[in-house]
Amino acid sequence: MTNRTLDAFQSGLADGWADPTRLHTESRRARQLLDSAREAIAEEIGAQAEHTHLTPSPHLGLERVIAGVYAARRGRDRIVASSVERDATLHAADYVCGGALTLVGVDHHGHLDLDAFAGELEVPDVALAAVQHGNHEIGTLQRLDAVAERAAAARVPLLVDATASIGHVEPPEYWDALVANPADWGGPAGLGVVALRPRTRWLPVWPEGDDWAPGGVNVPAVLAAAVALQERREQLEATSVRLARLVDTIRAAAASWPGVEVVGDPDSRLPHIVTFSCLYVDGEALLTSLDRAGIAVGSGSACTTSSLEPSRVLASIGALTHGNVRLGLHPGVTEADVDRLLALLPREIEQLRREARAPEIG
Amino acid sequence: MGGRDDAVEPGSAHITVDATGLLCPLPIIELARAARDLAPGTEISVVCTDLAARTDVPAWARMTGHEFVGEKKTDGGAVALTVRLR
Repeated sequence: MTNRTLDAFQSGLADGWADPTRLHTESRRARQLLDSAREAIAEEIGAQAEHTHLTPSPHLGLERVIAGVYAARRGRDRIVASSVERDATLHAADYVCGGALTLVGVDHHGHLDLDAFAGELEVPDVALAAVQHGNHEIGTLQRLDAVAERAAAARVPLLVDATASIGHVEPPEYWDALVANPADWGGPAGLGVVALRPRTRWLPVWPEGDDWAPGGVNVPAVLAAAVALQERREQLEATSVRLARLVDTIRAAAASWPGVEVVGDPDSRLPHIVTFSCLYVDGEALLTSLDRAGIAVGSGSACTTSSLEPSRVLASIGALTHGNVRLGLHPGVTEADVDRLLALLPREIEQLRREARAPEIG
Repeated sequence: MGGRDDAVEPGSAHITVDATGLLCPLPIIELARAARDLAPGTEISVVCTDLAARTDVPAWARMTGHEFVGEKKTDGGAVALTVRLR
């Protein structure tokens, strides 16, 4: 988190500690802070404040919005989703519709098969469609204008998971329900955002009286999230252009290494994510060796890497599910960090292949 | 485990690689080692219990210029994935 975000968090702790649902002075102040932060977030994501809800996590937000929209579509029992959605989306959807979940496949870049999607929606028993904005693993941005056109034609509400994209690219325009993740734009963890269009019908499913934040909202976290998002958006263009260029460099280098395949759409993508697969390499071992080297060069956390378990996303696009490296570049990553990484990676890959007695790649 | 059995179907250019019990990327490495000295046109079936191989064998074929032929379930819950060398 940046200093500005931390400052906002601290002033939230100082001034927004009271329960915003009560009536005394401190509570009213907490309420005001919460409302203005909600308004700021709503404006940044292109939503209306009164239809923007804060949840204790993006995960819970996905669950509650799926359950609530589904409940409002009585008589329709199916949910249609892309095969590259987050597990949280698919698990919630599958649970809510009692297994009547249909997955629609994607092409080798991870773009939804639009004809198949439209075909699934033709049968008038679909309660909800879920298609993400940017993919968290491979960075591909869906063509949401075309997706939304097909959903609207079938009069099916479209849930857009923007948890990987908001804060990195312009927020999506086409959705009926939207989920965002403040931690992904430099805000605090433990908070989610759900927005609905005024036209989107939704019903409460739980008995507490507040489906979105049962037990209350973390007011300081919401303040910090609002400031972090404003800060991100002020620098969005400069940051995304710079990171996209660094990712271009990484993509070009990785594609030139033998037996390495870069995945995801090369153009229509999140600016900060790059993923590639290395033949004959154990991904865990590669990450461990990078981790060691990261400490050795003392660059702190220039990049965050995460190994992928045999991944549904990678299987969906027909990529290798082993030897994967996913780099998520945060705004502080420099050209020098990338140069170091690119000098190191091919050596480590070759070393691991030798250790595994893998054949030469011709 | 990880062995190579050239005796399958004498007369046909087809071999089987037993990669049961191996986790990815090892089945792919066994497949690639078996493929190294074989003539184009030869078919190799790699028998795997790690289901990640169902994605990884076709991806290997695509990345190395060979042809993925198909998959077949075998007795005992394994899957035989067949490629044709080019």
